[in-house]
Amino acid sequence: MMKLLARNRHSVQRLGYSLITLMAVVTVLPIVGTVLFILFKGGSAISWEFISGFPHDGMRAGGILPAIIGTLYLTVGTAIFSVPLGIAAAIYLSEYAKDTQLTRLIRLAIINLAGIPSVVYGLFGLGLFVLFLQFGTSILAASLTLSIMTLPVIISTAEEALRSVPQQFRTVSISLGATRWQTIRKIVIKEALPGILTGVILGLERAAGETAPILFTGAAFFLPRLPGSPFDATMALPYHLFVISTQVPEMPIQIQYGTALVLLVFVLTMNVIATIIRSRARAKRQW
Amino acid sequence: MEKSLNWREFVITRAIKASGYSAIVFVLLIFFFLMREGLPAIGEVEAGNLFSLRWYPIEEMFGILPLISGSIIVTIGAALIAVPFGIGTAVYISEIAPRWMREILKPLVELLGGLPSVVLGFLGILVVSPNLRILLDLPTGLTAFTGSLLLGGIAVPTVVSVAEDALDAVPRAYREGAWALGATKWQTIWRVTLPAAKSGVLTAIMLGVGRAIGETMTVMMVTGNAPVLATRLGSLFSPVRTMTATIAAEMGEVANGSVHYHTLFLIGIILFLISLTVNVLASSVVFRTKKRAERILS
Repeated sequence: MMKLLARNRHSVQRLGYSLITLMAVVTVLPIVGTVLFILFKGGSAISWEFISGFPHDGMRAGGILPAIIGTLYLTVGTAIFSVPLGIAAAIYLSEYAKDTQLTRLIRLAIINLAGIPSVVYGLFGLGLFVLFLQFGTSILAASLTLSIMTLPVIISTAEEALRSVPQQFRTVSISLGATRWQTIRKIVIKEALPGILTGVILGLERAAGETAPILFTGAAFFLPRLPGSPFDATMALPYHLFVISTQVPEMPIQIQYGTALVLLVFVLTMNVIATIIRSRARAKRQW
Repeated sequence: MEKSLNWREFVITRAIKASGYSAIVFVLLIFFFLMREGLPAIGEVEAGNLFSLRWYPIEEMFGILPLISGSIIVTIGAALIAVPFGIGTAVYISEIAPRWMREILKPLVELLGGLPSVVLGFLGILVVSPNLRILLDLPTGLTAFTGSLLLGGIAVPTVVSVAEDALDAVPRAYREGAWALGATKWQTIWRVTLPAAKSGVLTAIMLGVGRAIGETMTVMMVTGNAPVLATRLGSLFSPVRTMTATIAAEMGEVANGSVHYHTLFLIGIILFLISLTVNVLASSVVFRTKKRAERILS
């Protein structure tokens, strides 16, 4: 009887393990499949003209240069606002803040920022930046909207990186006569830099791929030239992909897959860089 | 020299403290501007109209119920996919997978979280929906179910990473205790580790659901955008329209300050309040269990 029960337990375990493993496989395979599928389908559309040319014939021919440049502008614009602010907020939380009611409120606010739907960020950007501050539909308004959306990612990853620096590092530095800010700048930030960088890149990756927040704050359907100032609207890769896959009839499928591929490569490159920085820092770390 | 250093340090410290509060300021700003643009709708649209079953803005019909039901049905479908697969994958990564496998799987799941939703929507239109249409013999492949399927994929990374953190945080001694008592690894996972990580897993589910309700582009591209009240289970296989998709699709074409414009912001307020509730609930679960853990350890 005991023997039977024991065998039964182990066959249940085998069954359970297979089920869980199957679930993990079913979850992960589509991810790999999606990436490979787009690489495969879009590869033939990629040419120098596609990357460096302007769209013509109602976007049904030509290249996607303005969308690529636009996404680059938006990503840099987002970084300008969100990186300094996000890192400063992380430094505050990890180095200065005590465990008070207010600090808890700040953390709750960060969690909430992270959960607000992207289209609501779009509404907010429209209300504050485009209309109230009269920036118009512009790179500036879109970048500011994306920065606030990116902020929680940067703050929480940077804080985690700062916190992982051992307390002794700070104690030793202060005992050698360094001020608190000198300690933070020359010791803590320096040690936490790879972790902070990983968070920054992952945050910007999210911003680069987003469509909903820029729909009414800075994205243009089609522009015959590149934007000349931060107050101009711009084309962007995600929005362009949305437009050519839903709004333009008789759109050549090649251009659609090609655009998806360029966007995917843009985002994947950032993702891979972040992963490499993190794993190299982990391997090198001696504490 | 000494003096200027002190002065600089003072300014920098102040700047850092001010940035620390920025998150609170932004949440308040977002709330304020949504209210400012959305509240007028309550005065302009009669309650009977607002809670009617027709959303047809051109004829001044602003019934938001079909949109809410659209969001709900798509989200339930997504949760039915994301919760089991997300938790299953988290258990696999944290409890079963060998180390090298874990090192491959974690970045892959993170990658899924980084895939732009517009790319998933694009594949939804070109690949998923035509195949679903043939497979399920439907008049159109752009249905709530298509949206749920893709949305499930979008919510999975959130569920996996939060649930996996929770499983990781279960002390090793719990598992060793169970093994020592003769439990198999499977029994330990099922009866010890998962119950011990219960609140974290609950948080994972809530955050995953929150992510699904708020998703915009994918849903807008694949659910067919028909504002019809979803009442039956069969509605899952017909076109629906969610709150997020309505805002995204219509905000570009309305006149600033019009009734339609205010109503779209009102829908934004509803979405904001939903995400606020989900996140406050989720984080209060985390806080509560932390306290319990502290009690046990002390």
